Amino acid sequence: MNAPAYNFAYLDEQTKRMIRRAILKAIAIPGYQVPFASREMPMPYGWGTGGVQVTAAILGPADVLKVIDQGSDDTTNAISIRKFFAKTAGVATTTATEDATVIQTRHRIPETALSENQVLVYQVPIPEPLRFLEPRETETRRMHALAEYGLMHVKLYEDIARFGHIATAYAYPVKVNARYVMDPSPTPKFDNPKMDNCPALQLFGAGREKRIYAIPPYTQVVSLDFDDHPFEPYRFNAPCALCAAEDSYLDEIVTDDKGGRMFVCSDTDYCESRQAAGHHGSLSAAPYKEKAQGGING
Amino acid sequence: MVDQAALENDQPLLVATSISKSFGRIAACRDVSFALYPGEVLAIVGESGSGKSTLLQLLSGQLAASAGHVSYRMRDGVARDLASLGEAERRFLYRTDWGFVHQDPAQGLRMAVSAGANVGERLMAVGWNHYGRIRETASDWLTRVEIDTARIDDAPRTYSGGMRQRLQIARNLVTEPRLVFMDEPTGGLDVSVQARLLDLLRSLVAELQLAVIIVTHDLAVARLLSHRVMVMKGGRVIETGLTDQVLDDPREPYTQLLVSSILPP
Repeated sequence: MNAPAYNFAYLDEQTKRMIRRAILKAIAIPGYQVPFASREMPMPYGWGTGGVQVTAAILGPADVLKVIDQGSDDTTNAISIRKFFAKTAGVATTTATEDATVIQTRHRIPETALSENQVLVYQVPIPEPLRFLEPRETETRRMHALAEYGLMHVKLYEDIARFGHIATAYAYPVKVNARYVMDPSPTPKFDNPKMDNCPALQLFGAGREKRIYAIPPYTQVVSLDFDDHPFEPYRFNAPCALCAAEDSYLDEIVTDDKGGRMFVCSDTDYCESRQAAGHHGSLSAAPYKEKAQGGING
Repeated sequence: MVDQAALENDQPLLVATSISKSFGRIAACRDVSFALYPGEVLAIVGESGSGKSTLLQLLSGQLAASAGHVSYRMRDGVARDLASLGEAERRFLYRTDWGFVHQDPAQGLRMAVSAGANVGERLMAVGWNHYGRIRETASDWLTRVEIDTARIDDAPRTYSGGMRQRLQIARNLVTEPRLVFMDEPTGGLDVSVQARLLDLLRSLVAELQLAVIIVTHDLAVARLLSHRVMVMKGGRVIETGLTDQVLDDPREPYTQLLVSSILPP
């Protein structure tokens, strides 16, 4: 029943070979943006066409796929892409980070530490970190080639001059392997330290911009900063309202129009597995409260 | 005992040897040779289309010459042919040892980022990594070019024409270059602002011992700033000499015309 009409993982074999060559080149030159012949995918640009092509190129029949969108396994984007590969490749899918071999992500890195047999695929909207400072692509390529990255600090300088601290909260520029400055896709800067010396292979695909780049396992990734304004990951100063985690990245959810809000883990898998292990937060759902209060139904 | 600094100053900083440039059949610049010494201000004057700006681009390595070559004495004292420099070296030279002041400040500044970052960009490009020190140096330079330091966080697009031009100068001088190219730095400014800018330039040039190549069609600018003048016409240098000599006692008919066409005060 599964996908006889499609080639394995949707793309034809020649296209996958082309993408794999780009991926190999990207791994060989960490942080360097490799151009590739991005294809039309059956989803709009901005929905992860780059990430999907990278995933399609590296997926094998034995792989287990997890897809997250802003940390969550159950948003439209995550579910659609998971179903897409379940249908076109027939691979097993999961929401558990430890069980996955390929994790496609939009803007988060899972809280659970990744291992050597996992690949993290990022969906990237704008791969060029210098884009908004220098609009000419010819010029930014030259700047990458000559490692002229003074301009990146101009952006950080502007942040401090305007806000008193480095206010860039996502897409925080990093230097990979002491050479290329790279845009880590719009992940919150909370996740930047996880990229450093990570055992898993990290691949970045930008479909509209037709670029692929990579961080090989165990590669040094340094967030740019000033000596007197060092890089600091940002996190809301609260425990998760559902699982009481103190170390995870939190989403702020507005609950009413009177200023009510709650903070919950952005990584749903992490939060759920903590709840299953018996951790409870201040706003945990009824079963826990029922149990705590002796229950309604007995 | 030999005075090393004096010995250094005896050698030319930049030497142009019969450089020419043609665009198709049009020869924009023909057989220009000269030597520029440290701390010397050279004005290139002439009417529109005489090849001044082309010459400036050739000298600053933005255009490749059709014939001839330009050599520059680097900070280590070795003279290098500009054409033989790699792109990385040339760009490094550009943001450290050289400055380029454009006629239109929008070309030389980043109009959307603050004045402080504009001045600090060159410092960050050469590896300064301490926000406090970058800002301190930037505000120091704003003071030197007479811009109120309260406006350090304003973008140059909120500045007046004169302030933009002074900011551009600060941005170029912050790495203490030895050679600055200027293309009509006072063009488009009104007379009183021009006078103040020239005054500022003159004191900075003297203070920092800058060598300057300044392209202008305004003989008053040449007279105020420069030690030597080169007069160009039709892509050729037709007359060259000390500023007062050329302007007070012009030899060539064209120079005589140029000098006599200044309106009497």
